Amino acid sequence: MADIVADIDLKQTPLHDLHVELGARMVSFAGYSMPLQYRTGIMAEHLQTRSSAGLFDVSHMGQAVLVGPDHATTAAALERLTPSGFLELGPGRQRYTVLLNEEGGVIDDLMVTRPASSEDDGKLMLVVNASRKEVDYSHLREKLPGNVRLELIEDRALLAVQGPEAVAAVAAHAPDAAELAFMSAARMEFDGIDCHIARAGYTGEDGVEMSVPAGAAEPIARALLADDRIEPIGLGARDSLRLEAGLCLYGHDIDETTSPVEGGITFCMQRRRREECGYPGAGRIQEELRNGPGRVRVGLRLEGRAPAREGAEIALPGGPVIGTVTSGGFAPTVGAPVAMGYVPVNSAEIGSDVELIVRNRRLPARIVEMPFVPNRYYRKPKS
Amino acid sequence: MTTYYSKDHEWIAVEGDVATVGITNYAQEQLGDVVFVDLPEAGAEFAQGDEAAVVESVKAASEIYAPIDGEVVEANEVLADEPGKVNEDPEGAAWFVKMKVANADQLSELLDEAAYKAYVETL
Repeated sequence: MADIVADIDLKQTPLHDLHVELGARMVSFAGYSMPLQYRTGIMAEHLQTRSSAGLFDVSHMGQAVLVGPDHATTAAALERLTPSGFLELGPGRQRYTVLLNEEGGVIDDLMVTRPASSEDDGKLMLVVNASRKEVDYSHLREKLPGNVRLELIEDRALLAVQGPEAVAAVAAHAPDAAELAFMSAARMEFDGIDCHIARAGYTGEDGVEMSVPAGAAEPIARALLADDRIEPIGLGARDSLRLEAGLCLYGHDIDETTSPVEGGITFCMQRRRREECGYPGAGRIQEELRNGPGRVRVGLRLEGRAPAREGAEIALPGGPVIGTVTSGGFAPTVGAPVAMGYVPVNSAEIGSDVELIVRNRRLPARIVEMPFVPNRYYRKPKS
Repeated sequence: MTTYYSKDHEWIAVEGDVATVGITNYAQEQLGDVVFVDLPEAGAEFAQGDEAAVVESVKAASEIYAPIDGEVVEANEVLADEPGKVNEDPEGAAWFVKMKVANADQLSELLDEAAYKAYVETL
């Protein structure tokens, strides 16, 4: 078994001491010492999040703000680097997008929020993957026009609270959180502390992500953990939860070679942007939208109990290899192993039988719809 | 019956010329929730250090190495349906394989319980 060697050069989040106090097994992740799991283990943490709520420290992710003279200018600047529409993004609204390279490959996937307050006009808040911070920031600095600048936010922690009870638990301290629509955000006080709370996450559940002052992260986390509905959740369950939700993990399911069409994330491309082009790699992406991509990301459900993990080959039954698994593992809510990977578009039909090659054995599997577990994002009741 | 331990966190209980092999409680704690155990079939022959089995936990696949030379005489079929037994009873009902000891000299190089406990303390 591979031991994880403590690295004194690892960065720590403001919740590091709390993780250790809570009995977390700390591992190296994207240059940070992060909790893989706490005492109850990944399976229990996963199920806790699906049945009640979990608190995740995601402070390793990059928080930054684009600052321009007005919304139209900043939005137009970001539109030149992504295939999403930001001009029409309303105040307090959030959008998932991707930074594209000139070949239409994904440099990173990220969340973009237009602040709700008119005082913040001209700002767009970004949350990027920890492993891509340096790449993203240098790309943005190189490509942004002179009147839009990138400001890093390094004095705030980022906490996610996810699960069916998450918003009710957060609202006990920040009542306005209960009023947020899915993919919207606002500044509000949490026990008197100025926070920025978004109704979003990466587990397929209802919940929030809270950008909080670094110095207040621990009291906020302790206040949340004092609620019986919430338990701390590590990176292990974060990964199994997002896998079940059919969501991409950057560097695994999408990377600089995959386009948003291949990755099946064209929901980030609003109609105006699809039609007008004007983003990096538009030639390839337009062509893929018109005629279909060469390969696509599909969901895979294994018949047996043996999981297939990243790197396993996908083959036609008794036939040639047609693709590769990019994420896979046991799905605790499904109660079976699942995976995702890329196959040629003409072999991607839902219901098709395939085989996943694990340790030289061919495991029967089927191409299935994603998510593997239905999303339970918040939908405002119709009035 | 004498029980030996390896630094790879296996226990080896020897009775006559048959060794029952499993993973220790320390190993199952490190692995976390076990969801699948890939065991060799009876008749498979291994040299010490060969990859003999794979334990899949929620987070990762981990190889289990043959602690001694020998031929597998039986694999624990219970683990096919109840892999979680490895977490519940690693040093009892969740044994992995029974092997015919091919080279008894190798046993003396393994750790006894006290030495294994002392070893785990250093980790």
